[in-house]
Amino acid sequence: MLSRVAERLFWAARYLERAENTARLVRVYDELLFDLPRDIKISWYNLIEINSGTEQFEQRYKVKDERNVVKFLLADDTNASSMLSSLKMVRENIRTTRDVVPEEMWELINELDMYARQNIKQGINRSGRHDFLNTVIEGCQKIIGLLAGTMTRDSGWQFLIMGRYLERADMNTRIIDAAVSLMLQSEAEESVRLGQVVWAKVLKSQSAYLDYRRTVRTSINGAKAVTFLLRGRFFPRTLSYCLEQIREAASKLPRSGIITARVDKLYGYEYPIERSEDLDEKFHDYLNDFQLDLIEINYQITENWFHFRQGDAA
Amino acid sequence: MDNLSSQYQSNGFFDELIDNKGKPRPPAKQLLGYLDSLSEEELEKRKLMAEATIQEMGISFTVYTEEGNIDRAWPFDIVPRTIDAKDWRVAEAGLKQRLKALNLFIDDLYHDQQVIKDGIIPEHIIKDSKNFRPECVGVSPAYGVWAHICGTDLVRDEDGEFYVLEDNLRVPSGVSYMIENRAITKRVLPELFENDSILPIDSYTSQLFDTLAALSPRDIEDPEIVVMTPGIYNSAYFEHAFLAQQMGVELVEGSDLYVDNHDDCVYMKTINGPALVDVIYRRIDDLFIDPEAFHPDSVLGVPGLMRAWRKGNVALANAPGAGVADDKVVYAYVPDIIRYYLKEEPILKNVETFLCEDPEQRAYVLANLDSLVVKPANESGGYGMLVGPHSTKKDQAMFAELIEANPRNYIAQPTLKLSTSPTLISKGNLEPRHLDLRPFILQSKDSYVTTGGLTRVAMKKGSLVVNSSQGGGSKDTWIVETKGR
Repeated sequence: MLSRVAERLFWAARYLERAENTARLVRVYDELLFDLPRDIKISWYNLIEINSGTEQFEQRYKVKDERNVVKFLLADDTNASSMLSSLKMVRENIRTTRDVVPEEMWELINELDMYARQNIKQGINRSGRHDFLNTVIEGCQKIIGLLAGTMTRDSGWQFLIMGRYLERADMNTRIIDAAVSLMLQSEAEESVRLGQVVWAKVLKSQSAYLDYRRTVRTSINGAKAVTFLLRGRFFPRTLSYCLEQIREAASKLPRSGIITARVDKLYGYEYPIERSEDLDEKFHDYLNDFQLDLIEINYQITENWFHFRQGDAA
Repeated sequence: MDNLSSQYQSNGFFDELIDNKGKPRPPAKQLLGYLDSLSEEELEKRKLMAEATIQEMGISFTVYTEEGNIDRAWPFDIVPRTIDAKDWRVAEAGLKQRLKALNLFIDDLYHDQQVIKDGIIPEHIIKDSKNFRPECVGVSPAYGVWAHICGTDLVRDEDGEFYVLEDNLRVPSGVSYMIENRAITKRVLPELFENDSILPIDSYTSQLFDTLAALSPRDIEDPEIVVMTPGIYNSAYFEHAFLAQQMGVELVEGSDLYVDNHDDCVYMKTINGPALVDVIYRRIDDLFIDPEAFHPDSVLGVPGLMRAWRKGNVALANAPGAGVADDKVVYAYVPDIIRYYLKEEPILKNVETFLCEDPEQRAYVLANLDSLVVKPANESGGYGMLVGPHSTKKDQAMFAELIEANPRNYIAQPTLKLSTSPTLISKGNLEPRHLDLRPFILQSKDSYVTTGGLTRVAMKKGSLVVNSSQGGGSKDTWIVETKGR
């Protein structure tokens, strides 16, 4: 497989996952605001901070309010990671790799991109937002389902898997981080009340709420929820699961040793979380480091398979 | 629909399906009989079915406009154009003869230029040609063949004879539409394929593969062949992707390849590491294939590609410099070229051509701009030409100036009475529309001609311009065996 084709598949999958996760993130924040007691203030601007978008945001907007934050995350075409930008990138990457993905993929991404673009106002205004985001998320899942059901498991598939799970792992840590910083900002007396709402929402944002209930079997608190989202073995959006998928996909490709070794190292380390108090500044730093590790893995995938130095032995 | 053919008026042109007494020609008999049996509604239904099929198959081509590039669906007419297999066999022999002679000619130009020494072609024609590449002098591609894939445009005039309108020896396109047109027609008129003896066309891509494989510098069983595209914004990108997919080879862009400076071989960048490339079917113009040899600022090409090719480490199809023979001035000499190299009479005729560089012929052209077609020597796609009878005085004055300023760059031909074929224009209404035919000819170790080719049709009433970029459409082309009827 051509390096260029592999790279485009990898990024198509990353951007598809990013579009879905951005929609999930906005959706869960939206719900969070409905469910929180009125006297607890949370800021939409948190969402910009966890996505490392502060600088760019401030260049564009003066007021850090809901409308601007949502606009920046969903619609802004100067934000390369906005939902619309991400969908566009999926489309552009698939456009030139149509021959290695199932035929319907091109149609589905066109359809989704067109829907999101035409109805973006619904996403920015509160009233239609929920339906709009649901439709986008469903559109993403339709594509993932199509791929699962009809795509051949050749090397192209392995690159899609790596792209998807790398992005998902990244977003997973960011969502946890957002919740942790929300909790750290809150007053001590409200933190128990807040904690229950926030962590339930975090689980729901990952469609993990019911699975948590079934498998963890205790009431929801920060330490338990985070442990589940980091270490859960079977749920397909936990950090462990994502790493395992990346490792397995990489191992089916040539010259994968450097990547699998790196993933193994990450997988092997278990951050100690006993009580919710452990979700402190130090944990926040750990998540930050983890994100840097993911960036490093992305870099190694790029160097190993996409970037190409002439004269490398065949 | 009763008696389609008897209501049909071809207005004095040669009609491909119906003779001047209103009777179906033998290869069209079954087809027209069948169309007669369909109701207007049924015919309309088939038309919609064709449109839906085209959408589904995602067949499109790109048109450049000021508002940006648009992917347009391929305009398609469901009524096929039929040609008698007996007539076709003659044309086929003529096309092979022509390409064989042209390849001998090109090879001669880049070696001894005997054809000039013997006074067949004036030297200045080659010297002034935009497509003569000094970089190619002395190179000897396999089998002495430079143009491996040729698209030759044929027309029929009022006497029903085939004439060659032009040869496309650089990067001719359209073959994927020929194949898709058949696929659409099989879905839309399946009944006819059961009973009629329509010759199949689908071997093209495997013939193309064999033609390319035979060029491999390495004598191995599975040479690495690639199709090289300028990218998604090229109008023929759909075709590039189609051919690569059908042949089961990689579709590459310039940035996927590099020339190793140690061995001057071409490599493709893959996830397994570099892979040696043997044959490149390049769909990029000569001047863009190698920034080292030609346009230094071209990002489409591969630095060093010409070096690798000259050393014989990679085969390029078509070879650089092959375009020297599809110059419209050289065209006028092709009958002489055939006689010179093959000692045979040309099987296919040229259209009468006036060379503006010749003072006498130029005077004739300038005096008759209102009845001639004037073409620039080196353009394709129907751009920059004057169709005399459809032009204004102002157009003619402008072309007179252009010709005077650069006579070498223009030729003129009589306005041809292009043949017509019934075309479904509105519900239940078949009208004659002018058309041409582009067969594709392959040559390397062996040679091959497509069974028929791409029929392009000018969808506008009375129009003679069939190019897809200028509002033309296309039809399926049936070569029909009529023996024993």
